[in-house]
Amino acid sequence: MPVVLENLGKRFGDGAPVLDDVNASIAQGEFVALLGASGCGKSTLLNIMAGLELPTSGALEVPSDGAAFMFQDAALFPWLTARENIELALKLRGVGKAERRTKANELLDLVHLGGAGDKRPHELSGGMRQRVSLARSLAQDRQLLLMDEPFAALDAITRDLLHDELERIWKETGRTIVFVTHNVREAVRLGQRVLLLSSRPGRVVQEWNVTEEHRTDAGLAGQLTGVITARLREEIRRHAK
Amino acid sequence: MPSNPTPLAEAPVSGEAAGPVPETRKVHAALTRSSTGNEDLRELESGLDSLQSDAARAARIDWSRILLPVAALVVLVLVWQFYVSLGFKRRDLVPGPMDVLGQFGTLWAEGSLQEAVWTSLQRGIAGFLISVVIATPIGLLLAQVAPLRRAFGPLISGLQVLPSVAWVPAAIIWFGLTDATVYFVVFMGAIPSIINGLISGVDQIPPQYRSVGTVLGANRLQMALQIVLPAALPGYLSGLKQGWAFSWRSLMAAEIIAVGGTIGFGLGSMLNQGRDLADMTIVMSAILLILAVGILIELLVFAPIEKRLLRRRGLLAGSTR
Repeated sequence: MPVVLENLGKRFGDGAPVLDDVNASIAQGEFVALLGASGCGKSTLLNIMAGLELPTSGALEVPSDGAAFMFQDAALFPWLTARENIELALKLRGVGKAERRTKANELLDLVHLGGAGDKRPHELSGGMRQRVSLARSLAQDRQLLLMDEPFAALDAITRDLLHDELERIWKETGRTIVFVTHNVREAVRLGQRVLLLSSRPGRVVQEWNVTEEHRTDAGLAGQLTGVITARLREEIRRHAK
Repeated sequence: MPSNPTPLAEAPVSGEAAGPVPETRKVHAALTRSSTGNEDLRELESGLDSLQSDAARAARIDWSRILLPVAALVVLVLVWQFYVSLGFKRRDLVPGPMDVLGQFGTLWAEGSLQEAVWTSLQRGIAGFLISVVIATPIGLLLAQVAPLRRAFGPLISGLQVLPSVAWVPAAIIWFGLTDATVYFVVFMGAIPSIINGLISGVDQIPPQYRSVGTVLGANRLQMALQIVLPAALPGYLSGLKQGWAFSWRSLMAAEIIAVGGTIGFGLGSMLNQGRDLADMTIVMSAILLILAVGILIELLVFAPIEKRLLRRRGLLAGSTR
């Protein structure tokens, strides 16, 4: 189990807990969608897994070499070209200069951006930027890949394509992926398992397995989406005054 | 710009070579799938990329950027000439453009024009460069170490507001009429503004850049050199620009006030000489030269650097320059 969360809690200052008693374990090579409404602490949970924040209680087990992270906006450095952004990730990982270029080109090709390596982030469309960002997070070469609503800001057509793209890359590279989203369809589309996080405080309240049948049968997938949406709304309704 | 032109071209062959009619194209059972394979995906993405990217526009020289300022200058000179020709004021109090041009010629022939420009420029540039060397590490230190910033921040901001001319009397008492006086005043003008520029440059870095750096595994030094410094470059550059402006102004102030001793003959000294001789053409010549040097340094040094920096980062759109 590359990721184990045990009774994990987080509060900022004296405020109400953002996360409370979160329990989950994620298997090697698994694709887990972490679903929740706004303010449920999904991003906080991801930041804790990435080591960007520390939990205030509980314990977690993550791979010792850390995790790769993909942000909601591409977060590419504007002063570097697409290729240089990937090369920087390789450089900070300690890859030698000669190898960096070859590796960066391979990764660009993997995300179907072989011809755009010399472009700067502002010259790329939103979808292309996210693919560069994906290539950069793959350049980190970590078994665990954490993704924080990476496609939330994209248009529907691009998002659909990137879903296919991400699934393909996941199958090719065998990464363990934790994918945070507030989009039920996206969660069912991508995840092998969907974890629903409650809001204030965040806690894993229910989980669903998305089987191979769901992937090939649109009706079944739609049904599961409906069930999860109903549960999510129930969770949101709890906060009505 | 299509990023993958080849798959686009050969796709009909590789994708549907087996089926003669379109009906044989495989339609996926699940509506959640939008593409059928790696090649198909590559082709789709390439199409979308080209739809969503702007076509590269060829860079052309925009003549209006050159002609309009020149035209404005010509108009100003004509207005000046017109006013003088009306004869409201005595000619020695308000000389015309031709009088000033004549004085330029005289000063050039004497060699004092070249001497003044060269002396001032040399001092201005040397003073500015030394200020950069002193201010940069101080600025980085203040930007990165919070207690130091709290302690010295208000003082540095205050020094930026204090006109550096205020240091001239002190400098003359300490250093006498030497070059040290001039340089001291330049430093007091330029250093605080460069420090402030660097600090605000670092402050304006999106916090996410640091998170990315941490996630990518950057250590403290790598974070400072590979991420913080390049990210802060636009702010730093505008600090440098302001630092140069302060250097140049402070230098002129110092040269006007502190005359004699071992202080050489600069543009400020020329201005002061014009006043002593009550020769308005010399005064005007000196003012125009001071202005011209300032404009030229901006146009030839800072503008190209800034333009390149901002264009590379896609920050130039909407600029009126």
